[in-house]
Amino acid sequence: MTETNSEPRPAPRFLSAGDAALVVEFGNAVDPAINHRVMRLGEAARAAGLPGLVDLVPTLRSLMVHYDPTVTSRRAVEERLRDLMADTGGTPVVGRLWEFPTLYGGEMGPDLEDVAKRTGLSPERVVELHAGTGYEAFMMGFMPGLAYLGIIPPELELPRRSEPRVRVPAGSVAIATNLTNVYSLESPGGWHLLGRTPVALFDLHRDPPVLLQAGDRVRFVPVGRDAYDELRDRMEAGDTAFAPVEAEDRA
Amino acid sequence: MSGLRIVSAGFAPTLQDHGRPHVQHLGVPPAGALDPVALRIANALVGNPADTAVIELRVMGPTVEVETGSVRVALVGTDAPVEILGDRKVEAPSHQSILLSRGRRFRVGSLSDTGVAYLAVQGGFDLEPVYGSLSTYTRAKIGGLDGRALRDGDLLPLNRGEADDRAELRCADRSWRRDNGPVRVVLGPQDDYFTADSTAAFFASEYRVTREADRMGMRLDGPVLAHAKGHDIVSDGIATGAIQVPGNGRPIVLLADHQTTGGYPKLGTVVSADVPRLGRLRPGDALRFARVEVEEAEAARRVLEERIDRIVERFGPAEPWLDEDALYRRNLVSGIVEPG
Repeated sequence: MTETNSEPRPAPRFLSAGDAALVVEFGNAVDPAINHRVMRLGEAARAAGLPGLVDLVPTLRSLMVHYDPTVTSRRAVEERLRDLMADTGGTPVVGRLWEFPTLYGGEMGPDLEDVAKRTGLSPERVVELHAGTGYEAFMMGFMPGLAYLGIIPPELELPRRSEPRVRVPAGSVAIATNLTNVYSLESPGGWHLLGRTPVALFDLHRDPPVLLQAGDRVRFVPVGRDAYDELRDRMEAGDTAFAPVEAEDRA
Repeated sequence: MSGLRIVSAGFAPTLQDHGRPHVQHLGVPPAGALDPVALRIANALVGNPADTAVIELRVMGPTVEVETGSVRVALVGTDAPVEILGDRKVEAPSHQSILLSRGRRFRVGSLSDTGVAYLAVQGGFDLEPVYGSLSTYTRAKIGGLDGRALRDGDLLPLNRGEADDRAELRCADRSWRRDNGPVRVVLGPQDDYFTADSTAAFFASEYRVTREADRMGMRLDGPVLAHAKGHDIVSDGIATGAIQVPGNGRPIVLLADHQTTGGYPKLGTVVSADVPRLGRLRPGDALRFARVEVEEAEAARRVLEERIDRIVERFGPAEPWLDEDALYRRNLVSGIVEPG
């Protein structure tokens, strides 16, 4: 994951997003190397405590910096970010590792058979590939608590469904393009549903309500119906102790 | 339980404060008042800190009953009055604080002159904040009362059981509501996704707010914009006021409840000084856009801040709407009867 100085590094672009935000764009593709540069600048900016900083929103290929224009200015923010960028190259932070027990197929994963058919794989092989890969959270978005995870094995890559579902249940584990995600709330959605996890990615009764953040790592662990039901019952009874299997590593 | 009873909700009012713009990195939309200027003035009139949650009204206001000792309220953002119901209906003007005692019913009628108005209550609401804010974001059931718009019969718990003893204030300067020059826009982040002709037409033409307008955004009717290099981008961050243009070329201005990231190119962003004006627009209203640089946008925001400070400093004494019941109660409690 560590980039070396020998790799080409196109200069990032500073783009305007009004007078209360700017975008630092590192590239225009879904590429972990680009995302790592985004994450590293975000980490550095958060650590530096920029005056007037409101939020830092990393995406796959850019960092949006929200700031309070009554406290600071575009010029001050940009200058500070350019300084930080010159200094970042240090050890990237390795995010928390989460393991999500997942019940694949059946009513929980109504698209598993279809994905198998379209990829020419057996349903068992689809599960094996999806659960056998470790993912990184490249960005949060679309709804509170939803992480865009990747990169999935190339054998599983499919475009989004041509007919998006009106209602996708919370906890649905889904794939589209080269990414995977867990729907944190019930919503419409066009991704292919492989299974479901009982882990609540957004829960107002928990502090903080959102479980994941960009930079975290995720694995899906196939479980049977009994294990799924047991964890779901525990979660619904208000058990908020679900924890990552590895803490963040800032060493 | 005591507080403010929503006898009849009107058009889906929500609680809003400054929102939660600091947790967009978790995918949580900022939410917050569509018109932060009116929010600030309403709170100042009742003596609240600027970011206290208030009731955001759209289209049609509620009927409310006071189910606590007394409350001090202020309606800001509309010329519609506060109708105080009783044997004899009395109208108290908007843009001033009003003291109302237990059992009083009041009503805000139809809002025909604005997209949003605010009803502030001294002391604010005794509800649990989410990420530091009471702002309601209904799509994820966050904030406010159970994460939803207010409904008939709701009881809003208050932080104060009695309004304090102070003079009522009036905001005489309403000029801030009538700003109607072009809405200023900084180009970017994806202005390079549009043809030069399209961008020129955007700034040369009149647009109208369509009926597809809510707290998330407003779709505009006017010249269709042509994309120069497709209408899909790899998702990036969204700022409030962003002018997003999907494949059909019809611009959508994104407001407080916008998603935190999105995959449509954004031609420009309405400057922060003009975002409050967007909230005041209603379907059918016309607007024009003017291109400015970031430095001009920053200067415009400074001007706005100074203007609001001045408006608040110049609050004067209010017209005498006297709630005789409340005065009588207070005199009994304090034992002081002022000469009439």
